[in-house]
Amino acid sequence: MKLELLGITKRFGAVTANEDIDLVIEPGEIHALLGENGAGKSTLMNVLYGLYTADEGHIEIDGVRQNFSGPGDAMAAGIGMVHQHFMLIPVFTVAENVALGHEPTKALGVIDIAEAKKQVLEISERFGFNIDPDALIEDLPVGAQQRVEIIKALSRDARILVLDEPTAVLTPQETDELMEIMRQLAKSGTSIVFITHKLREVKAVADRITVIRLGKVVGSAKPDAETSALASLMVGREVMLTVNKKPAAMGDVVLEVEHITVLDDRSQKAVNDVSFEVRGGEILALAGVQGNGQTELAEFLLGLRKPMGSKAKVNLNGKEITNKSVREVLESGVGFIPEDRQSDGLVSEFTIAENLMLNSSYKSRFTKGLNINFAARKLIAKELVEQFDVRTPSSETVANKLSGGNQQKVVVARELSREVILLIASQPTRGVDVGSIEFIHEQIIAERDAGKAVILISSELDEVLALADRIAVMYRGKIVGIVEPNTSREDLGKLMAGVTA
Amino acid sequence: MSEINKADNTMPQVMREIFSGGLVRTVISILLGFLVGALFMIGSNKEFIESLGYIFARPADALGAAFAVVNDGYGALFRGAIYNADAETFEKAIRPLTETLRLGAPLIAAGLGIGLTFRVGLFNIGGTGQLIFGMIFATFVATRLELPFVLHMVVALIAGIVGAALLGAFVGFLKARTGAHEVILTIMMNYIALYFFTFLMRDPALLQETRASGNPKADAAAETALLPKLLGDNYSLHWGLIFALLAVVVFWWLMERSTIGYRLRMVGFNPDAARAAGINVEKTYILAMALSAGFVGVAAANQALGTAIGVTPSSHANIGFDAITVALLGGSSGPGILLAGLLFGAFKAGAPSMQVFGVSPEVLGIVQGAIVLFIAAPPLIRALFRLPKPQTTNALESIRKRIFTRGGGSK
Repeated sequence: MKLELLGITKRFGAVTANEDIDLVIEPGEIHALLGENGAGKSTLMNVLYGLYTADEGHIEIDGVRQNFSGPGDAMAAGIGMVHQHFMLIPVFTVAENVALGHEPTKALGVIDIAEAKKQVLEISERFGFNIDPDALIEDLPVGAQQRVEIIKALSRDARILVLDEPTAVLTPQETDELMEIMRQLAKSGTSIVFITHKLREVKAVADRITVIRLGKVVGSAKPDAETSALASLMVGREVMLTVNKKPAAMGDVVLEVEHITVLDDRSQKAVNDVSFEVRGGEILALAGVQGNGQTELAEFLLGLRKPMGSKAKVNLNGKEITNKSVREVLESGVGFIPEDRQSDGLVSEFTIAENLMLNSSYKSRFTKGLNINFAARKLIAKELVEQFDVRTPSSETVANKLSGGNQQKVVVARELSREVILLIASQPTRGVDVGSIEFIHEQIIAERDAGKAVILISSELDEVLALADRIAVMYRGKIVGIVEPNTSREDLGKLMAGVTA
Repeated sequence: MSEINKADNTMPQVMREIFSGGLVRTVISILLGFLVGALFMIGSNKEFIESLGYIFARPADALGAAFAVVNDGYGALFRGAIYNADAETFEKAIRPLTETLRLGAPLIAAGLGIGLTFRVGLFNIGGTGQLIFGMIFATFVATRLELPFVLHMVVALIAGIVGAALLGAFVGFLKARTGAHEVILTIMMNYIALYFFTFLMRDPALLQETRASGNPKADAAAETALLPKLLGDNYSLHWGLIFALLAVVVFWWLMERSTIGYRLRMVGFNPDAARAAGINVEKTYILAMALSAGFVGVAAANQALGTAIGVTPSSHANIGFDAITVALLGGSSGPGILLAGLLFGAFKAGAPSMQVFGVSPEVLGIVQGAIVLFIAAPPLIRALFRLPKPQTTNALESIRKRIFTRGGGSK
């Protein structure tokens, strides 16, 4: 089945997410759609899947023009989609999830679960998925859940499979398994659209590569193209994958963390008896695949989560802050860049100036008694906007008018302009354009060089390797190793998968 | 870029914002509300219905009847609520306006309270219960304590505010501690407060009128505690209006200028970000409910201390619920609530004179509800009048700031 997207344009208000995009997927090929976060890949796939209607252009399958008014139409035409966030019901079994939406039925509408199981087993065996149809989804590891999503799509006779950032949640080993599956599927004639921003994966598995930047196709390439060539296509200029930094001048211990156990929202142990320390003038990276306790650990350090047990202890500059409130932690000198700026870092309805005083609304340079000191706030906001290179018409612009990178700069500006002795930066460059990434990295290095202690939490290996002075790898709530930044990717990958030497 | 060029760039943007934003939509909603009310008046009019029988023969009759009833009805509303041109003297002609102000005052104060919770992302439907608690406290002070004038009134007013705020804080506390939803809590508190009030007024040892015949009724407030008349004894307008206006100023300062209001708005927009910024969101909910009910308490004092007749279980006059519509119409802003409270105050003042003209004053309730319905369903209005979609820029805000911000407006 040959799929063609012809001249697709999709606008959201004044923003053009896709502009005149042509894309041809040949039968049985693995076609990588490469681009940064926010380049318009997901929008394009949502147009393909019938979730959005294109403003211009159309879709053809085997030369026949298609009109999808919803995912149902797309599925009927043979398009299957595996979303980045799985659409599975955790308390249902594999077979129930696969059957959901087109359940095989017996007389009187009774679900024929045996038939559903047979289907799962058949697909699972054909491609060596090794999935038990009776297992509950919530008991399966992430990689297996993803395979259930693929089975779900295949059971609906999908001949084109769209995988949206499928490796974001996988360990390196699970990623390898997924790639093997992709190759097998392609061999059996299924076309695959592989959406990603990771160059190495593209080179490993794709037959053809289309690069998208700022909503437009900027080029296509074969997988044997140079990595640096692909990278510069993707970001529009030569990028420095390394950051210039001096060797660390380590100071005294700033943060001591001992025997921390933290529960997540489902009351499961997300962080399990973790201890470490950070010195002034060093960047400690907490690396690991997302969902191995980093988020909860960061939230604990800020005071949003309380520790379990009596052995837990956190000292900041020798003073205990174990059970302090968020406000006390912030005021004792902790800067916090949250991993999700939209939900935790900014009030998107507030202006830049208002956002800059978010955690300084009690006694601070922004206040005068119970009043907001509007004059001072305006002045400070203007300075910070300039200093941190926030691209905005004015400091009174509402935050949700800014691009992701500029929003993040507002958060960084707020945290770094306070008196901090410890900076916790959680995924500081997620969804941020390359120019801003470089700028934010420089700021973090500058903090380190000024003698501050920095904890960098990142699931991007490149970022970790570029910035860290020491790397602590987290796996299933534990720190499985603390290694030097010159450790090889392979060894880090093994650690991230929980394999300790 | 010169200042003039800048203004040139902003003006059309401002026009778009006005047409897509609150003001025009609010005016259209009010007009539509009156239109709906007119349809009800016409539909229930005897002459009009009779004229329908021969509408094709003499359509002018039906139109005439329709026009006459709407003219009568809304004319009576105007005479009853703003200016009565038929009165012999100017003094009497202007009395309806003072009535509008008197009846609007508690709606404004309570509307501020409800509007405050909207800004914090809460929904306080407990205006009635909080009003009643405020009335209990204010009535107790006004009838059971002996204090000199002014002091007595001030203490009773504060008692009203504190009484209401206590109930509000209790709801906030339950929400923060147990996670119960404030809508459920406030609705149930309305019942408890109302019957508790009636219970108190059945026992002479508590709040019942000393010489009552067993009906639930409290003593009249002592003269030292009564709100003094504002324009002499010919008008019943009293100091309640002044307190309501003061409440508007306090509300504006609190929400727009103070750090307290800043945190309240922060929690309202994004409680997660507030939490990460070190704000105790649960405490903020308690504070917001207490402040909200405190404003309702001003209305409570108005009801308890405004007239020389003792309060009864129906003295809450449904203000707690009307305040929700006032807050919605006023867009939860101080000035907006002031205007909305006056409009609905005018409805209350004008209702009796409509009845005199044989138009059922319940039509005004329909108008009131319809207005808020149109306000609450912006896409409906936009579709009907082909208004542009909301523009989310700050042009209007920047102009407002240029006018209203001291010093900081111009560079």
